[in-house]
Amino acid sequence: MTSSSAFWYASRATGVVALLLLTLVFVLGLTVNRQTRLPGLPRFAVTDLHRNISLLAVSFLAIHVLTAVLDTYVHIPVAASVIPFASGYERFWLGLGAVSLDLMIAMIITSLLRGRLNRITWRAIHLTAYLSWPVAFVHSIYSSKDMQHGPMLYLAVLCALILAAAVIWRLASGARQTPRAARVAALLSQAQRERQAEHARRMQKASR
Amino acid sequence: MTAANPQAVTEPVPAASGAARQAAGLPRLLPPAPGVREDLEAHLARFGHLPRAGLSPTSLIDAAEQAGLTGRGGAAFPVYRKLAVVRRARGRKVIVANGAESEPASRKDAALLWHAPHLVLDGLQMAAEAIGADQVYLYLHRGQEGKIARALHERTAAGLDRRGIVVTQAPPRFLAGQETALVNRIEGGPALPTFASPLVPERGIAVHNVETLAHLALIARYGPDWFRQVGTAAEPGTMLATIHRGGRPEVIEAPLGSQLSTLLDHSGAAQAVLIGGYHGTWLPASAVDENLTLDNRTLKRHGAALGAGVLAVLPGQVCGLREAARVTRYLAAESAGQCGPCLNGLPRIAAAMAELAGSRPRRKTREDTERWAGLVTGRGACHHPDGTVRFVRSALTVFADELRRHATGRCSAPSSQPFLPLPDRMPMSEEDWI
Amino acid sequence: MRTALAKDALRVNPIACTGHGVCAELLPELIELDEWGYPIVDSSPLPAALERDARRAVNACPALALKITRK
Repeated sequence: MTSSSAFWYASRATGVVALLLLTLVFVLGLTVNRQTRLPGLPRFAVTDLHRNISLLAVSFLAIHVLTAVLDTYVHIPVAASVIPFASGYERFWLGLGAVSLDLMIAMIITSLLRGRLNRITWRAIHLTAYLSWPVAFVHSIYSSKDMQHGPMLYLAVLCALILAAAVIWRLASGARQTPRAARVAALLSQAQRERQAEHARRMQKASR
Repeated sequence: MTAANPQAVTEPVPAASGAARQAAGLPRLLPPAPGVREDLEAHLARFGHLPRAGLSPTSLIDAAEQAGLTGRGGAAFPVYRKLAVVRRARGRKVIVANGAESEPASRKDAALLWHAPHLVLDGLQMAAEAIGADQVYLYLHRGQEGKIARALHERTAAGLDRRGIVVTQAPPRFLAGQETALVNRIEGGPALPTFASPLVPERGIAVHNVETLAHLALIARYGPDWFRQVGTAAEPGTMLATIHRGGRPEVIEAPLGSQLSTLLDHSGAAQAVLIGGYHGTWLPASAVDENLTLDNRTLKRHGAALGAGVLAVLPGQVCGLREAARVTRYLAAESAGQCGPCLNGLPRIAAAMAELAGSRPRRKTREDTERWAGLVTGRGACHHPDGTVRFVRSALTVFADELRRHATGRCSAPSSQPFLPLPDRMPMSEEDWI
Repeated sequence: MRTALAKDALRVNPIACTGHGVCAELLPELIELDEWGYPIVDSSPLPAALERDARRAVNACPALALKITRK
């Protein structure tokens, strides 16, 4: 195995790991948003996990990009990692990777500067995750033949299914939630019902 | 502004006008004869023109300071200070006349806009000049702009106003007149309170109650010393108040420091008085003695405040707890629902009040109410929960005897007719009460 | 990073807050949760010893509702 091949293998391997980690990060992000408890973990552990695994994913991405650039079998300029469609090799599919990475960089930077940013701005950029992941996914499938058959394909499909399930869960949970404008009326009705039920119970007890 | 002679600051007026006579006496804002609507001609005949020559922007602010004018929208904040802060602010400057009288028991702003719209509009123009306003707004509930349209039309035809006024509609919600909610609405958003960091005046926005502006229009004409001729030294001038005694509510204009017992025509049949409005305080009828006067300094000693200027006398045959519970339910329904404590606490407090107003409430309910009251105070973006708690706590104190009666399944009041006004939009059905 | 001054204090934006409760876990000395899961924040001047934990709590809030403000 030449060193060139080693870079190429490293790039593909770290790419796969990054995809897996990003799938996990996405699901953890939704878990935080829905205020779901993970058994045995305090809430700050869930937020920390989301943050730390995202940093881990970015580290793998850095190596993924670096090894792809260093590999001499195909020529990929380093700029192509962040400037979409600037590479000679597989211009479009690699370009998608750059798009996804750009969005992720924006998310990471805004999250590092959270305290100083407007809440709305931070959230708007963070929501581009919904775009970044699918773009990364398509980049993964088409950039190299590896993920188009065999166990790698099954892995990719599994990630996609997990993510789709998570998004459906998120949408369903949001739909079940009382819309903000209706919350006051809903709570008033609920408080009234509880009181009437309690009163009915007491009347029953008294009549026995 | 000269000291003793009110006429010195007015431009020459026709000799037939009663401006000088009016200046000395009362009422100041409301018309001297009932039911008389003021059009522009009548307005100018009664008050004369606004002084233009020699009136620099800062002199109005100085006049407001010397006059000791405080806001008539509830907060009683010194008017000159708000104007000065807005004047100093950088960037775009906005002034808003707040005529969105969201307090169901208050009618004073509506009465003022009906009887003396030109005073309000005069004050608005003067204040706009004083701060260097780029935009001028008039904030009204739906159905009110028709009344004001005629006055605006007259002024345009007469070429009176230097600045155009944008009339903005307030939704029929209790919090629509809240300062940050108003600003939110004016800037194109919903009339919901916000939690923005710089205070509204520091952002270059002056929000003044319409009554405040009317007083300002008179101070501009007759001077601060005239303004101080009535009222107390600390709280000079007159104020409008809405009085509920049963039957139609009455809007009166009285000097600050007036005896409440005289104003309320206090007869023995009353059991309690609500002072301020639905964010105000209940006092027992026994507290309305010759020492209880219409000013914040005195009322503060009783834990009360002028607020929206509502004075409601509860007759003996009405159950105070029941009235308080009705209003609390309204206040809970009017929560913006943006802040967890208010959203969760107010409905529970309302349900508890309904139980306490019913027969044989649980002892736990009284304790729960107090706990929730403590939990919601100071934890919202606005003072809606705090005002509601003030209303509830004072009711439970003043109607303590009634609470004891209800605990044994009795109620002293034969009548179940509602007394305090609430918007029709929220019908109170019998199922709400057990 | 700016160090806290004696007049700095914690403040929660009640509109932004949705009751995640992460802040109370990270700073129990100054924040406790009410019966509905919303934070009751001690807004007296921030003790120097708790400054680091306070910043951690501010950064951890998923709704960006917690802030350290200068009084």
